[in-house]
Amino acid sequence: MNKPGVIDREGLNRLIQTLIGRGYQVVGPTVRDEAIVYDNVFSIEDLPAGWTDEQEGGTYRLKKRSDDALFGYTLGPHSWKRFLHPPERRLWQAQKDSLDFDIVPEQPDNTKYAFLGMRSCELHAIAIQDKVFIQSPHTDLHYQSLRQNALFVAVNCGQAGNTCFCVSMQTGPKVEAGYDLVLTEILDDSHHSFLIEAGSEAGKNILEEVKAGPAGAGEIKKAEEIVTNTAKQMGRAMETGNIKELLYENLEHPAWGEIAERCLSCANCTMVCPTCFCSTVEDVTDVAGDHAERWQKWDSCFTMDFSSIHGGAVRNSTQSRYRQWMTHKLASWQDQFDTSGCVGCGRCITWCPVGIDLTREVAVIRESTTCQEENFSGSEAQNENS
Amino acid sequence: MSGKSKPKVAVWKFASCDGCQLSLLDCEDELLALTEEIEIANFPEASRAVVKGPYDLSLVEGSITTPDDLSRIQEIRRLSKTLVTIGACATAGGIQALRNFKDIHEFVSIVYASPEFISTLDQSTPISSHIKVDFELRGCPVSKAQLVEVISAYLNQRTPNTPAHSTCVECKRRGTVCVMVAKGTMCLGPVTHAGCDALCPTYNRGCYGCFGPQENPNTISLGDRLREQGADSAEVVRAFRSFNAGAEAFLKESERHEKENQKH
Repeated sequence: MNKPGVIDREGLNRLIQTLIGRGYQVVGPTVRDEAIVYDNVFSIEDLPAGWTDEQEGGTYRLKKRSDDALFGYTLGPHSWKRFLHPPERRLWQAQKDSLDFDIVPEQPDNTKYAFLGMRSCELHAIAIQDKVFIQSPHTDLHYQSLRQNALFVAVNCGQAGNTCFCVSMQTGPKVEAGYDLVLTEILDDSHHSFLIEAGSEAGKNILEEVKAGPAGAGEIKKAEEIVTNTAKQMGRAMETGNIKELLYENLEHPAWGEIAERCLSCANCTMVCPTCFCSTVEDVTDVAGDHAERWQKWDSCFTMDFSSIHGGAVRNSTQSRYRQWMTHKLASWQDQFDTSGCVGCGRCITWCPVGIDLTREVAVIRESTTCQEENFSGSEAQNENS
Repeated sequence: MSGKSKPKVAVWKFASCDGCQLSLLDCEDELLALTEEIEIANFPEASRAVVKGPYDLSLVEGSITTPDDLSRIQEIRRLSKTLVTIGACATAGGIQALRNFKDIHEFVSIVYASPEFISTLDQSTPISSHIKVDFELRGCPVSKAQLVEVISAYLNQRTPNTPAHSTCVECKRRGTVCVMVAKGTMCLGPVTHAGCDALCPTYNRGCYGCFGPQENPNTISLGDRLREQGADSAEVVRAFRSFNAGAEAFLKESERHEKENQKH
């Protein structure tokens, strides 16, 4: 039903103009401060033409490509979380009058965002945050409003980064669900085009206005090859078989202490994670005490305040905090939300200042456990491919 | 506070550059509202007038560096119901704590024509080394927003919002690209107490650690990483020896790299 079409660079520009014309605030990749970050996009001129990134644990470098690809990078430090679940947001204000005080709740934000250039792992991350913020007993009305208004223009990854492992997490690289439109950038010596497909009624409607040309069998095949090829380039892999049991059975593993020697408890991993959703609230008053406000701010399980209850912080050591983060992300998240909390985007590896790599840490625990089992029974290590 | 007399607030200066006191004067928008709610009893940067104690709230700037300071801080504590130290000098000894690593008598003999007139201590120490401090506000200088927040919290009898987590949290909330990861810039942000709203990284500089160590500073891991990124041991020593050189976590890490530097 949704036949793929083909657009060129001008067609992509028409898509952006169409979205703006329909009242969307288009947000997409742009170059700022030697990185690709998500910001307002007004035309294809704002996109990172000819830029790519090289990533490793604790290292990100923006590099020039030999071509003019517009989506020829993997992932930057930002995720779409900062738009749907903003880092700082006022929840309500209170004003004192002579006898009492009035509470003025904040109205849900009804901005219409169109996100351009979303990757498969990022769509999966949003599906996870939907479970947290919408499909939970306590719906976040602000998130829900932004989410319902948002339009998603995804891109199939043309290359994988050194810290990518979406194949292991079954979250990519091919965009398969949750999108309104999906592009595949096809670039060779002779032409630069984008295969475009709609994934929703809204997407179809927009595509009609953009007027894509029909896609030939060659272009469809080429697009398939691109994403298949990307799947083979994953810089990292994580064995996920029985991962929940593995972590639950190793809560006292010496690896946690070893990680804590390196971990800065700086919270960067949680801030860049597209699924981490924790926040704190701060109550502020003005000097006179007539006006008060409550603000919600991104928080992290790596801060002391996070686990502070009557009597003090529950998780005092870095070891206990890292363990909390990783076991939640990979294990107890499954109990809580019926899905892993990790989409394999690799941001926590790249943006950790000391390059702590959760795929490696899981492997360390798994290998030592497998060794122990071998020692006990002499049996071969089980292949736990999920 | 209507109907009652306004709380008496005093600002005190010890060894410091006065920058933190000036932060209070810089609170232009809030200053009038503040003076509505408090009586300024002593504020050397603003007025020579001194109202006699006791004081409801004392804001103490500067570190203890002279024998006279030692007795004066005891007197101020005696006269103050609540005492808050403001800035890196008062909370960690300040830049002048660099003297702690050297022989102060050598400096005095080189710098002053008549060293016999100089009465000084051989260490610069934070206020909390001498008296009980009710709250410490970090920074070199303190953030004026946090200073107003502390006074406002005091007036409204609530806890001030001055999170002790890393500066990285502020960078990430602002959307600042990590200068350490994206450029290899030497940055103390991961071990530094938040409060400046990640000022330097937002302007493409590494964090200088003006707010001192965060609540759980892994300076050893960061120090090792800075070396891996190409800084030599002398550079790491200098990074940890600035406005908060005397703060324990920074002190230990600078000593570790200094020892290594001396080996080479």
